[in-house]
Amino acid sequence: MNFLAALRSALRALAANTLRSILTMLGIIIGVAAVITMIAVGRGATDRVQEQMKGLGSNIMLVMPGGLTQGGVRLGASTGQGLSEDDANAIARDVPEVQVAAPSMRSGAQVIAGNTNWSTSIMGSTNDYLEAREWPLQSGRMFEAAELQGSAKVAMIGQTVATQLFGESDPLDQVIRIKKVPVTVIGLLNKKGQNSLGQDQDDIVVVPISTYRNRIQGGNAGKLKRVGSISVKVKEGQSMKVAEENIKDLLRQRMKVQPGGDEPFTIRNITEILQAQEESSKVMTMLLAAVAGISLVIGGIGIMNIMLVSVTERTREIGLRMAVGARGKDILTQFLIEACTLSLIGGAIGVALGAVATWAVGQFAGWQVSMTATSILLATGFSAFVGVFFGFYPAHKASKLLPIQALRYE
Amino acid sequence: MLIQAHHLVKTYTMGDQTVHALRDVSIDIAEGDFVAIMGASGSGKSTLMNILGCLDLPTSGEYLLAGEAVQGMAQDQLASIRNRRIGFVFQQFNLLPRTSALENVELPMVYGGVKALERKTRALKALEQVGLGTRSEHTPAELSGGQQQRVAIARALVNSPQLILADEPTGALDSQTSEDIMRLLTDLNQQGMTVIIVTHEPDIAEWARRKVVFKDGSIIEDVVKDSTKGVSV
Repeated sequence: MNFLAALRSALRALAANTLRSILTMLGIIIGVAAVITMIAVGRGATDRVQEQMKGLGSNIMLVMPGGLTQGGVRLGASTGQGLSEDDANAIARDVPEVQVAAPSMRSGAQVIAGNTNWSTSIMGSTNDYLEAREWPLQSGRMFEAAELQGSAKVAMIGQTVATQLFGESDPLDQVIRIKKVPVTVIGLLNKKGQNSLGQDQDDIVVVPISTYRNRIQGGNAGKLKRVGSISVKVKEGQSMKVAEENIKDLLRQRMKVQPGGDEPFTIRNITEILQAQEESSKVMTMLLAAVAGISLVIGGIGIMNIMLVSVTERTREIGLRMAVGARGKDILTQFLIEACTLSLIGGAIGVALGAVATWAVGQFAGWQVSMTATSILLATGFSAFVGVFFGFYPAHKASKLLPIQALRYE
Repeated sequence: MLIQAHHLVKTYTMGDQTVHALRDVSIDIAEGDFVAIMGASGSGKSTLMNILGCLDLPTSGEYLLAGEAVQGMAQDQLASIRNRRIGFVFQQFNLLPRTSALENVELPMVYGGVKALERKTRALKALEQVGLGTRSEHTPAELSGGQQQRVAIARALVNSPQLILADEPTGALDSQTSEDIMRLLTDLNQQGMTVIIVTHEPDIAEWARRKVVFKDGSIIEDVVKDSTKGVSV
């Protein structure tokens, strides 16, 4: 049978019972809209985590001094002062999996430029820190070796600091004062955005670690070049686990920790934490989509139900069609097309509704959402499948009618 | 002979009772004949009609339509035979609702695989033949009973079948309209189509050239008349 003729007769049959058709479609509409919205919400969450991972730099680990114990009271991470610049150098030198190990110290301080000032985070580190974080410069240059060695009064600043202090004008070669120390801006960092905790990563001033220690930190720097933390970047393709073990062994050795003794440092595998987060948000997406999928299946049962009613109602029509020459195959096609028309129209409306709902969730709930062509295709494909799957039984039943019985059906 | 049916037997099982709808019926119908099949309800006339129309298969016996043996054919082959060789006219018209007269008439050609343009031309021609050329866009609900039956006749003749089977074609019509319909069928017969009508009204049977009467599953009377109501020979 001619496809167009079948489609026309399907549309006519559906239009004959407009309300019934709309109610039947409602199941599919809600199902498809739910699938699309849920996938968009779930993907939004995954995207967010992925953005954070990108912002962090890949394969990154943070080594921090361990907690200090004073009179039996454990004071938590970073209270001890166990790590030094030498440890960072040793990690970079002796652990083969490590690409760079950047020592860093940071604290908050007021920064003044001209007649404005801004409270920001001052980070003392090396160029390696930017490499570990995969954080390029937007303009200017990085520290030179002499500057790193000689506590030079130079700094690279983040976007937020640049905007707050200099507005639209170029911050390069301008002088800012950090705790009364005048420092020349030599580099402007690229925009990095928020980190996983929602902190603005661009609100930062980076100075050479020697400058930080000798000029900004204040107090007695001490003989050991102590550092707040060491950012370690593991080489591409190397195992984070192995690198972590090797760093642990190296540091235990350097700090002369007895076998079985507590480590005076902690290693945080941040990438791994975020990967776990990503994994869990993916699972969440799947769960949401599965729940929404159930409503699609229920919509399909609605279609099956109404198609069975339709076949019974139109038994005489089926008989007549057979009398004038329709084969079982023609009748099957006709009712399948009818079921698919129902589910595809429902699917199309569902896609539109899902898009609106996705937009509304993003707009009013403020969640990050991401609607992709894949989810639309998936939902549409699934609704077509529902039409064929649930339409098949009624259509098959119709095609197996005997012409004489169908014609005489009262 | 267009129809050669020999020793047709049809039995149904209803519950634990066996109903003999046809008991060893043999009938030959020549091409171009006009036959009325009569009998009370339950006499077997409708069963014979269904078998001749390839809507049903006999329990036993032999049926050749235009030389083709029909018994033992699969449903799809029967559908193809019905499509090419037979046109049906029913008591209740059996038109598709909410569908224009034109599309109703096109239906057999849709299943026959005729192209859309040719379908339209031929359907319009058939509608003109039954005097409804100007009503091709009307739906059944907008047509009178007689007009609906004309559409059904146009649908029956549009594939140029050799055989037109009319099952109580005037059963739902008043006598004036009935006469118009019978005249139309007579015209088709004059053009060479073989027409078989099933009826229980003697008036209607008068239009046919040959009258076959059924009782309890057997033919009890088979007469060929010299003249008919429509045409005098």
